[in-house]
Amino acid sequence: MTSSRTPLSGAKASSSPLASPQVRKLVLTVLGWTVACVIFFPIFWMVLTGFKTEADAIADPSLIFSPTLESYQAVQARSGYARFALNSVVIAFGSTLLALLIAIPSAYSMAFLPTKRTKGTLLWMLSTKMLPPVGVLVPIYLIFRDLGLLDTRTGLIIVYTLMNLPIVVWMLYTFFKDMPKDILEAGRMDGASTLQEVLYLLMPLTLPGIASTGLLAVILSWNEAFWSLNLTSSNAAPLTAYIASFSSPEGLFWAKLSAASTMAIAPILILGWMTQKQMVRGLTFGAVK
Amino acid sequence: MNKTRASGRTVGGLRTLSLQAPAVTLLLVWMLVPLGMTLWFSLQRYNLLMPGMTGFAGLENYEYLFTDPALWSAMGTTLLLVGWVLVITVVGGTLLAVLFQQDFAGRGIARVLAISPFFVMPTVSALVWKNMMMHPSNGVLSWVAETFGLPAVDWFSSLPLTSIIIIVAWQWLPFALLILLTAMQSLDDDQVEAARMDGAGPVAIFFFITLPHLKRAISVVIMIEMIFLLTIFAEIFVTTSGGPGLATTNLAYLIYIQALLNFDVGMASAGGVVAIILANIVAIFLVRMVARNLED
Repeated sequence: MTSSRTPLSGAKASSSPLASPQVRKLVLTVLGWTVACVIFFPIFWMVLTGFKTEADAIADPSLIFSPTLESYQAVQARSGYARFALNSVVIAFGSTLLALLIAIPSAYSMAFLPTKRTKGTLLWMLSTKMLPPVGVLVPIYLIFRDLGLLDTRTGLIIVYTLMNLPIVVWMLYTFFKDMPKDILEAGRMDGASTLQEVLYLLMPLTLPGIASTGLLAVILSWNEAFWSLNLTSSNAAPLTAYIASFSSPEGLFWAKLSAASTMAIAPILILGWMTQKQMVRGLTFGAVK
Repeated sequence: MNKTRASGRTVGGLRTLSLQAPAVTLLLVWMLVPLGMTLWFSLQRYNLLMPGMTGFAGLENYEYLFTDPALWSAMGTTLLLVGWVLVITVVGGTLLAVLFQQDFAGRGIARVLAISPFFVMPTVSALVWKNMMMHPSNGVLSWVAETFGLPAVDWFSSLPLTSIIIIVAWQWLPFALLILLTAMQSLDDDQVEAARMDGAGPVAIFFFITLPHLKRAISVVIMIEMIFLLTIFAEIFVTTSGGPGLATTNLAYLIYIQALLNFDVGMASAGGVVAIILANIVAIFLVRMVARNLED
């Protein structure tokens, strides 16, 4: 598409040094890749450092070294990395499943049985995201202390479910609205109940949307740090809290820190890459297409 | 279509209610209970370290809070942090979106690399920047500075807030890029072409066609970033712990210090109320803006 236009614009601006499409493309390629590499550099450097020895890690920055897996083995052996990772998995997926379970009926009714209040309800749900967590930290902390939920996975699952619920409802609503209504109506004509309609028509047809909503909720829960740092200490601490423990001076082992960090972000980074397109629609409530 | 909708509504009144009940009830409880408690505690003498001293305090906590220079400093820090990150990410994100919209070799991979920081958990990005990028002696940035014969900068002690802003902007620039790039893709090529035929240069096209087209996307970016940036916590917790002095203490961190380090529930709650009010002033404008955007 673009290439068919390029000669035209090239002819127009023939006096400019960027006149030739080849030169223009070369300049853009260099510029684009430079910017991308600069932005990505800290991540690249972290991954690289994870494969160094501690001595190499604090030496002058260098791309030439003999890669080793010793940091990964050390992280695995010491400090029960696996336990924190398991906490992250259980909490992120648990809260996501719960949020989907609560949000699907709600989004269904908003998309297919709209009333005058629907838009208001949606906006109100969004506004609960404006409530700063710091504003309610103390009550939640005390409630959790009294209910024995401090430093438990259940506690964090509850918090993350509620934290993500507005976004999950919004995102599902956006996807459901795009679905042709005729199919659901045909099902209703054939006498399908609401439950059957949702289970056998809506969910299979909007599975990609539900999946990317779920993935976004997993990403948000996986990376959340405020609640995990304040409501957990050792038993239920997820990877965010585990990585933060490296900020203390005695934890200054760069190679091990890098290895642990790489393991903590790799799954989410890959999920993010895979779902970036759908995520935009969810994050912007379909306002940006 | 109309008929089924109308009939759906009469039967659906109850159905809608019951289907939405779980989500609405949970969010109501999640909002009202802590909010009520925060308000209540903020009027109490309540310090976990002094169990004997309890009772109604009236506006005492607020009085202490508002006469404490820490609050004003924290508010200033919060606004500076949010403001600068917004400026950097929106301006930078727009320029990058224009760049990554152009056709060049390996564009897809370059895009994926550029949006990656958004998926990195805040505690990791804070530590990577603190230890590997901005470390005064072994950091990559000081190595680069020395290579060019410049003095190395001790980022977190000499430019604490700037350092935090850089880290946070690095995380959120990709987000702005992701959203704005998606919006760019719906830009009408024919319109751009027509403008070019009429003799509009790239700068004119950017200001009169691209930018107006991105208006809605930019407002969404500002809104979402605002929600998250007002309560930045992990980046400060991991790198500077609010210091040196109060240089990097924002409202979120100030309340954290009061509540979980000083155990002063009353004061922390008063701080929480202030944070909620601040967020709501912002939210009133933002929700309106989004609501307007959703209309058309």
